Amino acid sequence: MTTIAFDEQREQRVAGIIEGLKHKPGALLPILHGIQDSEGYVPESSVVMIAAELNLSRAEVHGVISFYHHFRTTPPGRHIVQICAAEACQARGARQLEAYAQERLGVEYHQTTADREITLEKVFCLGNCACGPSVRVDDEIVARVSNERFDQLVNELTTQSLEVK
Amino acid sequence: MTGTSVKVFIPRDTTSLALGAEQLAAEFTAAAEQRNDHVQIVRNGSRGLFWLEPMVEVETPAGRVGYGPVTCADIDSLLEQGMLKGEQAHPLSLGLAEEIPYLKKQQRLTFARAGITDPVSLDDYQQHDGFAGLRNALAMSAQDIVDAVKASGLRGRGGAAFPTGIKWQTVLDAVPTDLSGQKYIVCNADEGDSGTFADRMVMEADPYMLIEGMTIAGLAVGATQGYIYLRSEYPVAHQILNEAIAKAEAAGFLGHNICGSGHAFQLEVRLGAEAYICGEETSLLESLEGKRGLVRAKPPLPAIEGLFGQPTVVNNVLSLAAIPFIMDKGAQAYADFGMGRSLGTLPFQLAGNIKRGGLIELAFGLTLRELIEDFGEGTFSGRPARAVQVGGPLGAYMPESQWDTPLDYEAFSAIGAVLGHGGVVVFDDTVDMSEQARFSMEFCVAESCGKCTPCRIGSTRGVEVIDRIRNNENREANLELLGDLCDTMIDGSLCAMGGMTPFPVQSAVKYFPEDFEPKTADGGV
Repeated sequence: MTTIAFDEQREQRVAGIIEGLKHKPGALLPILHGIQDSEGYVPESSVVMIAAELNLSRAEVHGVISFYHHFRTTPPGRHIVQICAAEACQARGARQLEAYAQERLGVEYHQTTADREITLEKVFCLGNCACGPSVRVDDEIVARVSNERFDQLVNELTTQSLEVK
Repeated sequence: MTGTSVKVFIPRDTTSLALGAEQLAAEFTAAAEQRNDHVQIVRNGSRGLFWLEPMVEVETPAGRVGYGPVTCADIDSLLEQGMLKGEQAHPLSLGLAEEIPYLKKQQRLTFARAGITDPVSLDDYQQHDGFAGLRNALAMSAQDIVDAVKASGLRGRGGAAFPTGIKWQTVLDAVPTDLSGQKYIVCNADEGDSGTFADRMVMEADPYMLIEGMTIAGLAVGATQGYIYLRSEYPVAHQILNEAIAKAEAAGFLGHNICGSGHAFQLEVRLGAEAYICGEETSLLESLEGKRGLVRAKPPLPAIEGLFGQPTVVNNVLSLAAIPFIMDKGAQAYADFGMGRSLGTLPFQLAGNIKRGGLIELAFGLTLRELIEDFGEGTFSGRPARAVQVGGPLGAYMPESQWDTPLDYEAFSAIGAVLGHGGVVVFDDTVDMSEQARFSMEFCVAESCGKCTPCRIGSTRGVEVIDRIRNNENREANLELLGDLCDTMIDGSLCAMGGMTPFPVQSAVKYFPEDFEPKTADGGV
């Protein structure tokens, strides 16, 4: 029963986001960002709603969602950790960091740790190219990330969430 | 300290924040309070001396003195040793910020205010020549503005180096097909090239300059709506741009009646969604329209049929950011910098394995070696530099024998390299160039929009062929096949993604052939 109530609330939030943005020219990306910022991902149920409001087919909406790396259609973990895998960070050891991060978290890219704390993603460039390797944790960017610094970041993330609970 | 408070500058740009500037600002404030020192913290942009970040500056009668890189552990000793009086005893002292050679040797036009002002302070901006260009432009005809931009010699700083004034002329002359008569100014802020951060620095250190440049562009071509298409990987720039736009609107520099002139210009930031291809202008326009970022065939040029089918200026951040200077100081003042057909300045971005990475704005004509050795002081690792990739993931890898090439558009294209957006990524001698060549193809697999077969499929085949070469399977035949594949991609792709992905691959094979040789039994080359 609580799931249904939760779904209804979510549907209302999504409807509100679409209503607020649908009049913008080229509204689809702003709407998808709005939904993902609010819900953490773009739920399948919202695709129908967007399609109806923007007078698009579901296939068109799905096509846009799947084109962009940013949009996800399944719930992520509590935090999103992105490792920069582009050249400037490669020159500073990003390949090694990528391997270490996957080993340390026990997941591959696009996967979430078993405790649902961290979803690991790769990203091509965070614009911090003079001080790599770079990592983005949610909306914060961290410079010169060594294995030790990565451990520290992961510990901070998991400790904080324990306190919240 | 008594009475008046001392101004202390702690940057808020991405790199400074990534190195701890937020916590530093909080702890610095607390420490000063505890000591009864009266300080006023200003969160400035970065000057782009990234190896010194977080660089803290203190305003003194002699000028601003710098300290860096400062960590929270240094605060007490800095305050103890008279930092607020500008004393220079502390090991982190840098002297007068303006006198730091890395900065002093530059010719900063576009980045004249970067790191000096509070990025969202309209007062700061106007005290440093801000909006002078706009005021001049408001008194000119549209054609006169376009003529001034033509005379400056400014070429697009996004990578293709197309003359900005000619693009503007096309849009000025174009007639909108819809009834509203709308034309658009679109700023390409999808700075996806690894090793580049000049656009980010403009947006984070001096956003009003971009706003002013776009507004002038609007006046020049008769557009009243502008969009900044910003990559979602830049959350700090997003926040600062939105703050700046809100303030500019409130103060009448944007909106229905700019500076009381009766001219209108609206500006909105739109976020991308992690797609490198959306830095290509037609793909960007598709994305702005709410579609998959598929590249469009040209013609029609975006200048004639661009956003929503209407005449549209699509310019890079740096191109638009150069406009206020040109309109304020005059086209000739800008054209006086540079060489040949590469006029003005180009902000180079020194990145990767480099000791002193950062932003270096100079007139064209410096060599890559001067950039790496004189400014960068060699690699971060201390090992010899071996390869340099200029111009992002689609730029060639340059061996040491090419490092004396002057940095200008024509000299680079003469040797099959590109300057692009001015990003310079240095690799030391531990780099495996066959791995880098493989990555170029792998990147194209991930980021191709899929429209052209050579790019969509060719990149996947490219990864496979390079893997076979690396595994020493039929090496000679596969090298030849890779050459053919590269030619096909170059000739058969609509845009630079498929058309230029082969550049780093071919240059790696050509200049670093030893990395494609079979590995010996002991693991060496």
